[in-house]
Amino acid sequence: MESKLVRHDTDPVPFAPDAVVAAFKTIPDLLAHDADLTVRGRWLDVDCLLGPSTQPFHVAIRAGQIVDMTPAPVLMRTWRFAYRATPAALAAHWQQMPPAGWHDLLALTKRGQATLEGDLHPFMTHLQYFKDLLALPRRSGFGGAS
Amino acid sequence: MNGFIEPIVGRYVHVEINGEINRIYFEENGSGIPLVCLHTAGSDARQWRHLLADPEFTRHFRVVAFDMPWHGKSNPPDSQYGTEYRLTTASYTATIRAFCNALKLERPVVMGCSIGGRIVLNLAIEHAREFRALIGLEAADFQQPWYDTAWLNRPDVHGGEVCAALVSGLIAPNGPEASRNETLWGYKQGGPGIFKGDLYFYRVDGDLRGRTSDIDVNQCPLYLLTGEYDFSCTPEDTLRTAAGIPGAQATVMERLGHFPMSENPEQFRRYIAPVLQDILDKQNY
Repeated sequence: MESKLVRHDTDPVPFAPDAVVAAFKTIPDLLAHDADLTVRGRWLDVDCLLGPSTQPFHVAIRAGQIVDMTPAPVLMRTWRFAYRATPAALAAHWQQMPPAGWHDLLALTKRGQATLEGDLHPFMTHLQYFKDLLALPRRSGFGGAS
Repeated sequence: MNGFIEPIVGRYVHVEINGEINRIYFEENGSGIPLVCLHTAGSDARQWRHLLADPEFTRHFRVVAFDMPWHGKSNPPDSQYGTEYRLTTASYTATIRAFCNALKLERPVVMGCSIGGRIVLNLAIEHAREFRALIGLEAADFQQPWYDTAWLNRPDVHGGEVCAALVSGLIAPNGPEASRNETLWGYKQGGPGIFKGDLYFYRVDGDLRGRTSDIDVNQCPLYLLTGEYDFSCTPEDTLRTAAGIPGAQATVMERLGHFPMSENPEQFRRYIAPVLQDILDKQNY
């Protein structure tokens, strides 16, 4: 069954909320096939909370590889930092040509479509890694050829 | 082509700024109306290399781009090593005027990007008669901060990596990959704390709200151009600023971000060519 596309007045692109969560789940596999990105994260070990604000995931990263990704909440699971964006924001972010102002993780926080919380040190020391990691569904054609 | 030598020439000029000689590196090409180009915060004048090598522009303009002190090949002034670098409205303005005077440039056009765009507004407010025209790229009287600059210079975070990663999102998606990489390379090469020190001007000292209405474009034409993907200095910031300056020309540039001249030189050329032609036409009128 196809997911229903929704678009509120403030959403830049129509999207299916289920499809956003499904696309996020593909990130570990996309990363596993991206040797360059994995290498760039080789010094990174962190447990963080990432994903759609409606369904974030506990993500365990070791030496740049995602070794576990589990939907939140998990009882008493801790995380060092969290980056959560609205499904509408991720849908826009993953377009082949994302709309202006929706094309960068920190553009999304500036416009109030994402939140960044916790101990930001691992995020900032690996900022480009996380930007590229969370943009991976764009490369896999989530947004089509818009 | 192997062996091709670009027409750009780089030299050093000794410039007295605030009582001290600074050895300033600049590159130039062309002849005609002096066109001085100001790089963005935390980078250097290599950002302008495509404009400097443009055969059409350099037929009518002497294009000059210099590395600000502390940036690129312009070292810090001798007395300032060990001090915390902080750019201010006053020091930035003094540097530009001193550089133009040292090269004996007669009423140059000044084009600046980002912090260079902001200072162009201050030149228009305080020194309009000294300039033939002013061009602000990614320029506004003020814009909302979107990160804490304390991350830019601390021993447990790689300065070059974090500076480049922060600004990478200001480049429009799907531009030329090599140009994007080259733009970010400039940020990876900045001295420790220099990007942060430039942003002292941008964030703290250089708020021009309430002052830009003093600009008289009859004394000196003012052109403002901002990339649609610049979420730091947004098109709305520029359009708001321009709306308060009667006669200022504002353009939003499609498929460009915060570094138009270096992130996508061909796309930028489409927008800057008519501006330079307009300046030329005004000279010939």
